[in-house]
Amino acid sequence: MKIAIPVNDNNLNTDICPSFGRTAYFLIYDSETKESKFIENIAANMAGGAGIKAAQIIIDNGANVLLAIRLGQNAANVLKASDIKIYKANEGLAKDNIEAFRDGKLVSLDKFHAGFHGRGNR
Amino acid sequence: MNIAILSGKGGTGKTLVSVNLAAVAKNSMYIDCDVEEPNGHLFFKPINIKEEKIAVKIPVVDEALCNGCRKCADFCKFNALAYAKDKLIIFDDVCHSCGGCVLVCPEMAISEKDKIIGKVEKGVSGDVQVWSGILNIGEATGIPIIKKLLDDQKDNKLTFIDCPPGTACIVMESIKDADYCVLVAEPTTFGAHNLNMVYELVSLFGKPFGVILNKYTDGYNPSEEFCKEKNIKILAYIPFDKELGSITSNANIASLSNDKYKKVFAKILDTIKKEVSSEAVTNS
Repeated sequence: MKIAIPVNDNNLNTDICPSFGRTAYFLIYDSETKESKFIENIAANMAGGAGIKAAQIIIDNGANVLLAIRLGQNAANVLKASDIKIYKANEGLAKDNIEAFRDGKLVSLDKFHAGFHGRGNR
Repeated sequence: MNIAILSGKGGTGKTLVSVNLAAVAKNSMYIDCDVEEPNGHLFFKPINIKEEKIAVKIPVVDEALCNGCRKCADFCKFNALAYAKDKLIIFDDVCHSCGGCVLVCPEMAISEKDKIIGKVEKGVSGDVQVWSGILNIGEATGIPIIKKLLDDQKDNKLTFIDCPPGTACIVMESIKDADYCVLVAEPTTFGAHNLNMVYELVSLFGKPFGVILNKYTDGYNPSEEFCKEKNIKILAYIPFDKELGSITSNANIASLSNDKYKKVFAKILDTIKKEVSSEAVTNS
């Protein structure tokens, strides 16, 4: 299973990023091979529709699960169409969230905001 | 003749100036291009309103023809299209109606349909033609509505274009065909900063322009300092006046309800007309 997490830095000690569409990187963690891969989020600097584009990037990298602090409705629609499961992550280290998910401590995220459309705090 | 009234920020007095100038001008036209929150109609209370819906084109996909190449999604600068699980998802609210996805699709799988984004209302108030553009909440851009308003205006009437605040595309669209621009500014540092923005815009467009200093007091006025520094024509000083504020906040037109203000705005109109004709002489 591949787990995607929006993260601030491209190393294993990174914090999770509260923004989904405008995060700097995505960490894709493969729970079978225990491999971690970092992908640059090219949506971060786009004028609009960053959440939609970021969701597309996650889909294209074969993720099955997304751990996120919050998520916009447009991004959620794209992820749901691809049957990606979305879980509510906690602030702090990305690896702590992976552990929490593995231990079944994260609940599914089912409330989505209307989007900040360029006005959110990065 | 088209006179556009604009400002770098909201609340400087664009509508106050536009409405009162149109009212004293007689047999004039007032066009509210501030389509995100048009409010000139609150003062004019126009009657005999004719309403016309405005639509834009948005894409629809024929799933039988789509081969999943994603050229459309890659092309879209606004990310209005995504491809998930062998299916194209289209976000109507994100689409800016450029038509690019239709052009780049090699399978001709994308066509277009109409989507209503707002309306124009054309009415009359005394001898003033009052037109308003109204954009539905949540739509990407009001430009198609502004285009419609200004394209329909073929009369040679003295026309006052009440612009949206700021310097974005919707403002550029509103001043495009203006013969003269009136910049309304407040006596604050923030006001002067925003005056500078519209000053740069009208300069870029090569439009003749002048400034009205609204809410004018005896105190330090950064907007006035800016005009002096840049050698900008100051058309008028509208005082920071409780009575004027009171008339306006009761949705009345000061120049129609009070002789004092009638004179104030008639004088401003006269000054603008002189400026426009001297510009016409200079440029001929």
